[in-house]
Order: sequence, then C-alpha cells, then structure tokens
Amino acid sequence: MSDSTAGHRPGDHEPSGHEPDDLMAGLSHSGGQDDDAHDAGPHRVIGTPSPATSRSLLGGPEGNGAGQPPAVQRELPSEPDDPVGAKRAERIVAACFLIAMFAGLAFIAAYFIFGVHTVTATQHSNLALGSTMALAFIGLGVGAVIWVRRLMPNVELTEQRHPLRSEAADRAAFKQTFEEGADASQFIKRPILRRTLIAATVPVAVAPIILLRDLGPLPGTKLDHTVWRKGLRLLNYGANTPIRPADFSSPGGMITVVPDGYQDNFDALAKAAVIIIKFAPGQVVYTTNNHPVPGKTVQNWTVDNIVAYSKICTHVGCPAALYEQTTHHILCPCHQSTFDATRGAQVIFGPATRPLPQLPMTVDAQGYLVARSDFTEPVGPSFWERGPSI
Amino acid sequence: MSMNKALEGTGGWLDDRLHGARGVRVFFRKIFPDHWTFLLGEIALYCFIILLLTGTFLALWFKPSMTEMVYHGSYIKLDGVRMSEAYASTLHITFDVRGGLLMRQIHHWAADLFVAAIMAHMLRIFFTGAYRKPREINWLIGIVLLTLSLLEGLFGYSLPDDLLSGAGLRITQGVLQSIPIVGTYLSFFLFGGQYPGHLIIPRMYILHVLLIPGLFMALIGAHLFIMFHQKHTQMPGVGRTDKNVVGTPMYPYFMAKTGAFFFFTFAAVTLAATFAQINPIWIYGPYNPLAISAGSQPDFYMGFLEGSLRMMPSWQWVVFGHTFAFNVFIPALVPLGIVMTGAALWPFLEQWITGDKREHHVNQRPRNAPTRTGLGLAMVSFYGVLWLEGANDVLADHFDVPLYTITEIARVAVFAVPILTYIIAKRICLGLQRKDQHLLQHGVETGIIRQLPSGEFIEETRPVSEELRAKLVGPERPALPVGASGADADVPPPGMRGGVGRAKAWLNKVVNENVPEDGHGNGYGANGHGDEGQAPAAIGSGDTEDGSGHH
Amino acid sequence: MSSTTVRRRPVTGYAVVLVGLLVAGLSYAVITQGTASAAPRGVSQQAQIAHGREIFLQECASCHGIFAQGVPGIAPSLIGVGAAAVDFQVGTGRMPAKQPDAENPRRALLLHPRQIRDLADYIQSLGGGPTIPTRAEVSQVGSDYGLGQQLFTADCAQCHNFDGASGALTYGKYAPPLTKSTPTQIFEAMLTGPEAMPVFNNTTITPQQKRDIIAYIVQTRTEPNPGGFSLGRIGPVTEGLVVFLGLLLFMVLMALWITAKHGKAHE
Repeated sequence: MSDSTAGHRPGDHEPSGHEPDDLMAGLSHSGGQDDDAHDAGPHRVIGTPSPATSRSLLGGPEGNGAGQPPAVQRELPSEPDDPVGAKRAERIVAACFLIAMFAGLAFIAAYFIFGVHTVTATQHSNLALGSTMALAFIGLGVGAVIWVRRLMPNVELTEQRHPLRSEAADRAAFKQTFEEGADASQFIKRPILRRTLIAATVPVAVAPIILLRDLGPLPGTKLDHTVWRKGLRLLNYGANTPIRPADFSSPGGMITVVPDGYQDNFDALAKAAVIIIKFAPGQVVYTTNNHPVPGKTVQNWTVDNIVAYSKICTHVGCPAALYEQTTHHILCPCHQSTFDATRGAQVIFGPATRPLPQLPMTVDAQGYLVARSDFTEPVGPSFWERGPSI
Repeated sequence: MSMNKALEGTGGWLDDRLHGARGVRVFFRKIFPDHWTFLLGEIALYCFIILLLTGTFLALWFKPSMTEMVYHGSYIKLDGVRMSEAYASTLHITFDVRGGLLMRQIHHWAADLFVAAIMAHMLRIFFTGAYRKPREINWLIGIVLLTLSLLEGLFGYSLPDDLLSGAGLRITQGVLQSIPIVGTYLSFFLFGGQYPGHLIIPRMYILHVLLIPGLFMALIGAHLFIMFHQKHTQMPGVGRTDKNVVGTPMYPYFMAKTGAFFFFTFAAVTLAATFAQINPIWIYGPYNPLAISAGSQPDFYMGFLEGSLRMMPSWQWVVFGHTFAFNVFIPALVPLGIVMTGAALWPFLEQWITGDKREHHVNQRPRNAPTRTGLGLAMVSFYGVLWLEGANDVLADHFDVPLYTITEIARVAVFAVPILTYIIAKRICLGLQRKDQHLLQHGVETGIIRQLPSGEFIEETRPVSEELRAKLVGPERPALPVGASGADADVPPPGMRGGVGRAKAWLNKVVNENVPEDGHGNGYGANGHGDEGQAPAAIGSGDTEDGSGHH
Repeated sequence: MSSTTVRRRPVTGYAVVLVGLLVAGLSYAVITQGTASAAPRGVSQQAQIAHGREIFLQECASCHGIFAQGVPGIAPSLIGVGAAAVDFQVGTGRMPAKQPDAENPRRALLLHPRQIRDLADYIQSLGGGPTIPTRAEVSQVGSDYGLGQQLFTADCAQCHNFDGASGALTYGKYAPPLTKSTPTQIFEAMLTGPEAMPVFNNTTITPQQKRDIIAYIVQTRTEPNPGGFSLGRIGPVTEGLVVFLGLLLFMVLMALWITAKHGKAHE
C-alpha cells in the first residue's frame, strides 16, 4: 500500500520476480520516506498502513517477511482428488455444456420459427422459447456444479477473523482527527455559525415536501357527493339502455345500473355504480319516512318493489355485487361483508360497518327509472370527516 | 502461457490505474462456509437480477398510461372493449411480441420467488441467531428490503390495470382513506384526486422502475458489502470458532457454485414461466370500478393483509362527526406493524434480556434457543392464519366449508394458534436438546449387542464423533442469567431493579430456559439412572478405566 | 396349496367373477330400461303433458307437492316457473334432488331427455313461465364478445368468477362452475334464476345480450392457456402454492446438491 504514496520508487510497478524486494524496499523505506519527505508538508502521510503484523489470511507457514504471500507453498492443489472419476466427470460436464449450447441455438431458431398473434400460436411460441431457454440454463448450471464437485480438488480452508472493534490506538487516532477537524472548522466553537447554518438548511430540506403539494387537490367535500341528481336516468350497464319498471318485473331480478351520460367515466362510476333489485310484494321491510332508518328500506325511494342500492361496498370500496335471491343477501366477494337487501342493506356479517346507501328513485314522464336526488349520505368506504350514517 | 499474458496485459493495465492487486486478491481468497441454508439469500439476489433484465425488456413495450382506448388488437375476444393503454400494451406484449409472454411470466414468477426467498432467508437468519452482534445493521437493512419488496410487487402487478389488480388498488385506496385525520388527503394526493383518476398508474410505474429499484440496488449493495466485510457466519462444527471462518475460497470455488446457482434460479423461473401460467390478464379483463370477480386475491405476499381485513369484526367509532374506522385501519396496520416492528426490535430486545453483548459468528441450532425458535414459529403461524383467511372464499368453495365458518374459526385461531405454536415448539426444542445431551453423555448406539457374564444383554455405545460433538455442542452455551447466583444474590444488580428490572429478570429466565449440560433437567430425578452418585451400570466391555464402555 | 388339489391358475377365479358381474349388470340394465319408458314419437301435446304429470307424481311430488304448489321449507312452488326452469334443473341433473340441501350440484341425469321434455310441458301447462329457448335463440353466430365481456364482468363474475369457475356464497351455497353448462342451460339459468341466482329476464338482458354473454363464456372456457398449465385459473392462491411447493423447493434441492459433501477435504 505504501507503494502508491511513494510513487517514485524505481521499478516498483514491475511485476512478479522483483516483487518481494520491492515490497521489502517499500516497507523498509516507509519510515525513511517520512524523514526524507519532511519538505513535502504534513508529517503524517494519509494511507500509510497501520503498524500491523503479517496479514497472511490462510493457514500454513508464513512467507519470508511481513505482508507477503507464501512464495513457494501452494494454497490450492492443482489436480482433482480422483483422476479417473475426473475424466468421466469432464465428459459429463462437456456434454451438459453442449446440451446448453444446442438449447441456446434452438431458442434462437424457435424465436424465428414460432410466430404469435393468436392464442394458440402464442402458446406454442411460449412453450418452445421457454423450454429451450430453461434447458440451456439447466445445462449450464448442472455442468458447473459437476465441475466444482468432481473436477476441482476438494479444499477446506480457514480464514482468521479480526475483531470488528477497531484497535484502541486506531480509535484514539480517529477521535483525534475528528476532534481536530471539528476544532479547525470552528463548528463547535462558534455557535452563531452553527445555528444559522442549521436554520439555513431546514427550509431547503423541507422544500421538496412542499413541492409535492400539487400531487392532488384537497378532498374538500368531494367524497360527500356522487354524480347522481334529480331526473338522471338509470341505465342498464353494458347495453346502456334506460329501464322501465314493467321490464324489470321478475321478482329476484338484479342488474347493475349506471347514471346516464357517465357510463364510461370511471371516476364517476367508482362512486355512482348502483344495483337495482326487484322483490315480490311483502318481502321488503319498509319505512314510510323520507330518510334512512336502521334496518328498513325507504319506501318513497322505491318503485314497484324495485330498490336501488349503491354497489360500492362501505368497507373498502369493492363492488358489493353478489346477490343471493333466496336469502336476499348482498355479499361483497372481497371481504365477505354481507348486507340484507330487504332491510335497508344493513350489515349482517363481515367487516363493513355501514349499510349500503339507498338511491332515491322514481319514474320520469316517459316511464323510465330516474333518480330523485343524489344519495343522502356519502357512499363507499368510511373516512375521517364522515359523520354518522343516519 | 495465455493466462500470464492476460494477467500482465489487461490485468496490468487495470492495476496501473486502480491499484487492485492486493484488494482483488483479498477478495479472491475470501472464505465462504458451505451450508445449503446460506444460499437462500442468493435466490433473492439472483431473482433481483432476473427482474432487472426481464423488467427492462417489458419496459420497452409497456405504456404506463390510463388513457382510455378501444381495443382492436390480436386478442379478438376483447375486440371493441374499452380499456386503458396500460392494459392494451400488456395484451400487446403477451400476444404480439415474440417472447413477450415468456418475459412477462418470468418477471412475475421471479417477483414471487424473490419475496418468498427473502422470507425464507430471513427465517433462516432468525432461527440460527445470525442477526446477533455484529449483524444487527444487516438485519435492519433486510427488513427494509422485505418491506420494499412487498411494495414493489404490489405496484408491479397493478401496472397492467386488469380487473384483479385493480380491485386490489381499490382496496388500497379504501384503506388509505380510512386513516384518521390524514386519510382522505393521502388518498387524494396519491391518486391525484378521486379514485381512480388518471395518474396512479404512471406514478406507480416510476416508483416501480426507478425509485424502488434504485433503493434496492443501494440497500442490496450495502447488505452484501457488510456481509463481505464482516465475513459470513458458519454452522457449528469441527475447527469452527467465533474467531475464524472455515470453508472454500471465493475464487474459483464459490464463484463457480454461485454462478451455477444463478443459472438454476433462472432455470427455475423459466420452467415455471413455460409450464405454469401466471397472471392471465386477458382472462381477467380490463379494470372497471363496478366489476369484481369471486375469488379475488392479491399475490401471496399481500395475502396476510387481505386475511386480516376479512377477519376483522365491524368496529367503528363515530364521534363528533368524525369516524374512526377501526374495521379497516386496524387490520391494515396492526399485523404488519407487529411483524415488522417486532422483527426490527428483536435483536436489541434479545440483547437486553440476555445481557449478551459478545460478537457471534457461529450460528446456533434452533433447538439451542428454544424461546427464540418458539417465538419465531409463533410469528410464522400468526402470519399463516392470516394468509389462509385471505383465501377463505377459495377454501370454502374447494373444501365445501361454509364461508362464514372459516372466518369465525380464523378470528379465534389468530390468537390461539400462535400461543399453542409457541408452547409446542419450545417443548419440542427442549426435547431435542435432551436428545442431544443424551447422545453426548451416553454415546451413539453401535447396534452391537453384548452379553454380560451375569446374563444381561446390553448394547454397546461409542463416543460421539469429533464432528458430531462439535455440531451438537456448538461454540458456547447460552449466557448465564444476568445477575443470577453469586454471593450478592439478595441485592439485585442495578439493571434488575424496579418493575422493568424484574420484568427483565423474568424474561431472562424464560429466554434462557435450556436443558443443562448433564441432560437431567427434567425434574424427575436421576433420569433413570438410579441415585445421582452411582456410576452407570457397566456398559460394554470392562477394559476401560471408567467402565463406561467409552474407548 | 397341496399337491392333491387340481392346479388352477388364480386368474381363472377372478375371470369368472368378472363375467358373472357383467352378465348381471347388463341384464339389470336391459330389464329396468323398460319400466320408465318414454312416450313414443308422434304423440299429441296432450299425451305429453299427461305423461309429464305421471313423471312429476313419481319423481317430484314428494317434495314439491301433488299440485306443484310447493312445501314450505322443503321445496318451492313450481307454478309459473316455466319449461325453461324444468329443462335447466332436471337437464343438469340437479333435480330430482336426493334431499333438500344448501346447494343442489350438477349430477348425472336421472331422467331421459324425452322425459324431461314431457315434464317441462306439464309444468309449463300449470302456470306458464319462460319457455325453453330454441336453437336459434342460443346460437352464438355473430355475437359481440366485447359486450358479452362487459355484461359478464358486471353481472356474473362476482359469483361465478372471471373464468366461469365457481365462487363461494353464504351458508354452504356456491355459484357453480360454468365449465359443463351448455349454451341452452346458460340461457335458461339466466332466464329463470335457479336457487340463489338472480333472475335476468329477457327484458332486462335481451336474448341477443344473453347470446353475447354465452359466446364470451364459451370462448373463455375453450380457449387454450398460452402460458402453460392453467393452475385451475384460480389466480394468486394456486400461484403462491406453486412458488413455495415448486420453485422454492426446487431451489432448496439444488442448494442441497451444490453444498453436499464430496470426497475428503484437504486440510
């Protein structure tokens, strides 16, 4: 290591044969260099190795002098343990590598032979490309492992650990350097500098967070409303046709509906999706109030035993769409929140805490189902600013 | 010879500029101990490399855009369907780019294996005590890596904007929204407004391909460097102490083995990608906020969060016009918090309890740390119950169990099973310790039956081999209880005073519960050997000094 | 075996038993074939209905009541369910049900197709209801997959899963897989809303839309899996199992191989 700082030893970059002498020379002169270089400036040269003794890592006789590798004795044997077995292993390894090579070539060929664009063609292409590639990797891997196990001589070597804790002298030296630097920098001694520096950097450090303000608008009251409003028609999703009660007349029927004009607007649908369910007379437990009552469905908001509920689950917002005609349960498949559709969609099992809001409905002049107004409470998952349901 | 030429030519050129001869030599001679469990971390490392390679391929075609378009591509079943450009570009990669489906599937299998390997590796580190001093920093880095990998996977599989991952995204948004005070703000800032908006996919994209991989590279680099610098731990064995490493050198042995392992990892994910379909987004269809499928689950590593959401009862508290949605943010934050925070604090907690501040470089067999093993397995079973509950509808359907019953069982099991697991695992460990002690005391049975002159039949034993003894005994026994025994037992040392101190003393006793070296600590007297003082009945021939049959 | 017995090959005994079983089985099948006889062709509508009534009394009345009025808690009324419902329930083997259960699964048919037709005619005569769709009504020629995909994902996938595999419902019920359903049966199921399934009548989802949905279902279930084995098309649950029991296990085995001891170590 001292070579680099010396830099001007003759022949010290020459390899092999001269090595020990140069190293010896380098080391023996390290002290001398310090004396010689008193005109160069600092009396301690950074990078001079600490006064460590031999750093030979492996067991075995020390070399001739500090810090050199044992020049004569081999650390690793050069031939495998079992020469006959090794010859056989060599053939096996070679075969594995050849298989890998051919598989690789087959991969390249398969790329050009097998086209895609249909499901079946993609299937064949995937099979051909994948199996050739896998075979190539397996060949390489198996060959390498057999090579190591059977062809490389078996060794078990020991390396000494050094305690991770630095030597006391090193720690002391570091402490001194650090303290000297802190002294020289005036950081500790002049509190005004220090404090104003900190004061200067704090706003700059906070600035990147401030820059993120425009990531999104503030929520405001946006979560309290959906796009539903008075007179907006309910459309049968997919077909996007309006619905007459006479058409949706089979008890036990259910369908997904969306507000007219918003059928492709995901932002709107994420809150405004609704399911309507047709019941037989007498199945629903009604209230004559004009607002939701726990466990009851608002009759004024229904048309001919057709009830509309928000499809967005009040747990974490999955579409609560599973409707069981026989039990009148609306089941959300995500976390199994279950709502009773005959009783105002109140929660009967699962993690949801609020019933599905009911959409006030009526019919318009042409006889199609329309909304009376928006939902009377926020739909979807709970949030901090949301008050009680009723 | 050409080796000489290469060394002197290229090698010399580099060395002239970089001063590498000594450093590279140190690197080449680094010793790596051999044990199959030491390769688990490498699975994760190589999966990461594979993810980088396949991910770059995918990024050349993927469009991270939520702009709606009408599909008219090769997959005719979806012709005319409105979808985002992200989804359409994924269909394009699958059906119109040669090797595209293969690369997509390798990428996804490698991502799953990446997380699974990190978990396996982390468990290995935990159960062998390899996180102890001086490796606490690497343990903490590892926990951060695990958390990042969960996020990276979540963002990755949500990029194609299909129905399944979109449902997961909606759940994420609902969870975010439920956080008290800041929830709605977080949700609006992340999504750029109301859900789903048009910004979430491009944002996840840049997190997934730039920010998080950058963090990964830095942290994995640090993780590997620290491991190199501290040298790898080793399993107990002959000649292995806390002051050395025994194994094979990096060059050429370990390089070859690890290279082979890289090819095996690549082969494994490629085989999976060839023969096992994963994430068939063309069947799921494009995302639509009003659609959902039965049997929707996230990728396995998020399954435990899904399970905790499903099992939670419907608790909330509405006060002064504000809602504490316990039913959502408790399952979202608490299990993850317990597992990650518990894991992060454990090395320091264990140090505090045992008072063991020594460096440890030899692994412990799990049975020799029964409390740690019991706790670790309890955590695993806790995670497992949540995981199974996350698949409750699939389980209900396939095993004909009513849906609600699974959830009701899970609500109880999530508390009962970890406790039971701890107790049973700890007892099993102690039993195994007793078995080891028995071997050490009485030797290995040889199968040779000998008849004594008195007519008895006995089985000869021989002493345990050097190798086995080293493995069973290990480098040291656990630390003595802090402050126990000694003349001043009446006056507890400063660390053991007061409420906290007494708690520490009790914990110390629990953690250090082990079978003592004579193997007879089960409280039942001389363990079948008659009076303690009496020598065992003459075993084997009488031609040894102590008559014990040990030669 | 003593040397005094006649030496037989052991297999002869088995062969005799097998032949005997075959003969007995075939005889039984032939004999019982005749008892539940189908009405011969060319018979009038009236005769079919009458025959249907006979079958009803024999196979269904014990649960559904003699006049098909239903028995509370056991079986629903069949007045007005229509021929389509009968064709679906009996044609998929769900009915006659062995016992009232949470869910009646698809089973091997207990009745002949002609018997089913006659039974359907009888029930149709009781109170009307949806009729069995014609071939043309379920033909998927010219169907719009795209619309089928939209409708299926919005109204069907939440129970039947995006692949038409099954899905869990409450209290032991489940939405059955659509893998074996014929287009006619799918049409009838939508039309009549069997068991817990909602009713999608022809004015809510028109016959053309039903055909689009059927086309989508059929295409999805028949198309090959380009990525390899489908793993049941269940999704991440089976994928996760493959990761641990397949991939990780494979890697562990390779790790065991790589690090296994070999030969005697030097030093």
